Parts: sequence; C-alpha cells; structure tokens
Amino acid sequence: MLAAIRPDSWNYALFLHVLGAAVLVGALVTAGSMQILGWARDRGGGAAMFARLSFRTLLIVAIPAWFAMRIGAEWIRSKEFPSGDEPSWIGIGYVTAEPGGLLLLISVVLAGIGARRLAKGRGADWLTRSATLLVLVVLAAYLVALWAMTAKPD
Amino acid sequence: MSRYDWLLFLHVASAFALVASLVLYTVLIAALWNRDVPSEAVRLFRVQRVGDVLVAVGSIGVLVFGIWLAIDVDGYEVWDGWVIAALVLWLVMGALGSRTGKLYNAARDRALALSRDGFDGSSPELRALLQDRRALWLHVAGIVTVVLLLIDMIFKPGA
Repeated sequence: MLAAIRPDSWNYALFLHVLGAAVLVGALVTAGSMQILGWARDRGGGAAMFARLSFRTLLIVAIPAWFAMRIGAEWIRSKEFPSGDEPSWIGIGYVTAEPGGLLLLISVVLAGIGARRLAKGRGADWLTRSATLLVLVVLAAYLVALWAMTAKPD
Repeated sequence: MSRYDWLLFLHVASAFALVASLVLYTVLIAALWNRDVPSEAVRLFRVQRVGDVLVAVGSIGVLVFGIWLAIDVDGYEVWDGWVIAALVLWLVMGALGSRTGKLYNAARDRALALSRDGFDGSSPELRALLQDRRALWLHVAGIVTVVLLLIDMIFKPGA
C-alpha cells in the first residue's frame, strides 16, 4: 500500500499531479458535454455558443491542467523511481498522457476553428464533431490511466 | 486486482467525478455571468444536468468507498483524525453545494418561466439572479472545501 508508506516529501508532487488530472478530466467532460449539446442545437446561436464555450474550456482549463498533471507526474516519478527502473503502470501513464496531450492540442485547434466558422454563420460540422470525438477519446484514455495509477497492474 | 485496488480506483474515480462537477459548474457560472436573455440562459443551463449527475455520483462514491477503505485497510480506522476531518469537510461541502444549488436553480427556474411566457429580451432581474455574489462565494467556498479534502486525503495529517 503506497498510501501507507509514502514519504511526506512526495505529497506535494502527488497533490499537483492528482489536482491537475482531476481538473483535466473535469475540463474534458465539460467541453465534451457542451460540444454534444451544440450538435443538437440549430446552426444559429446555440451551436456557436456551445462551440465557443467548449473551445475556451479546452484552452483555458484543460491545457494548463494537462501541464500541472504532467509536471506533477514527472516530479513524483523522479522521487519514487530515481533509478529509472519503473513498473508497467508508469508506462501506461506515459502512453496515455503524451499522445493524449497531442490529441488534446489538435482538439483545441479544431474546436477553435469550428467555433470561429460557426460565429460567422458558416458550416463547421466536421470540425466540431472531430473535436468532440478527440475529446471523448482523450477522456477515455485518461480514465484508463486513472485505473492504472490506482490499481497499479504489474 | 485485489479488493483494495478496486476500492481505491472507485474512491479516486468518484473524487474525479466530484472535481469534474465543480469544473463544469464553474464554467457554467462564468458563461452565465453576463447573460440576461432568458432563452440563452435556458440553453446554457442544459449542461447543468451533467454536473448534477457527476456531483451525485461523486459525493456518494467518495463517502461510501472512502469509509469502506478506512474499514478494510489495516492501519487506517474510521476514527483517525484525518478521516474524521474528511467526513466533516464532506458535510461542509454538501451544505455549501445544497445552498449554492438552490440559488442557481432559482435563477434557472426564473429564466425558464420568462422563456415560457414568451419574453426573450434583456431581463435585469435575470441578470441580477445570475450575478448573485452570495451564490458565487458559496460556490468558491465549495471549491476550497474540495481542495482541502484533497489535501487531507493526500497528506493524511496525523496518520
């Protein structure tokens, strides 16, 4: 049980990592929900409003939270496994965190362009729907990472 | 996976759902802040349903799986200081959330009523409800309480 034996000096890193990851998941859920609601709206104010809010949530909340999560992860990894000899669950973290960050960045760009086009009254279905799909894929990947970080499979 | 692994996963996943609900409500409050047109507010409030599900699942999950963990894990007891602190913070969070919810639900209901009456212009009354400082500060206090809960869970003072 890591929780019982973790030195106090690791707690700051773990706090940053967990807080960043929780806010990141929250931002993805919020942005994804708004994008899905935007699909159901007409091409007028509703779709454009939800697309803009989703884009801002990803840009202002999700991106900084990803950095907090990732910096916290590297900080605690350096304390817990200073020699670099890491168990497989750390690998699951890397496999999800970094490609997930790239997909998140792509979704921000797509959501931003989509929101801009919708605000001008132009069609942006494929852009906003692609951004939604990416957000949901990233969210699913981070839920797998959450399982790996808590269950710590060998 | 052992029972401990499952309990820890479900406890942490519930905490993530709780934080996710706070992120969603914060974005919603910010998005509603300068609105005064009922139909726009009603549209935005639709996303509140997702937050309501997350806060219910998250707050019940953290409590149930947290107490289960405290009973199940050797070395932890429900009467440990940091566990009692977490239970007190959970109660504070629930009380704050309930009061915040009542204020924002009143704003949502007013927007719905105005919209049903066919009014879709600028409503100073709706704006005042959406910019209620008391509701905002209660929400901020709820966020601070959840951050304190997270600090308590990670640092486990006295454990």
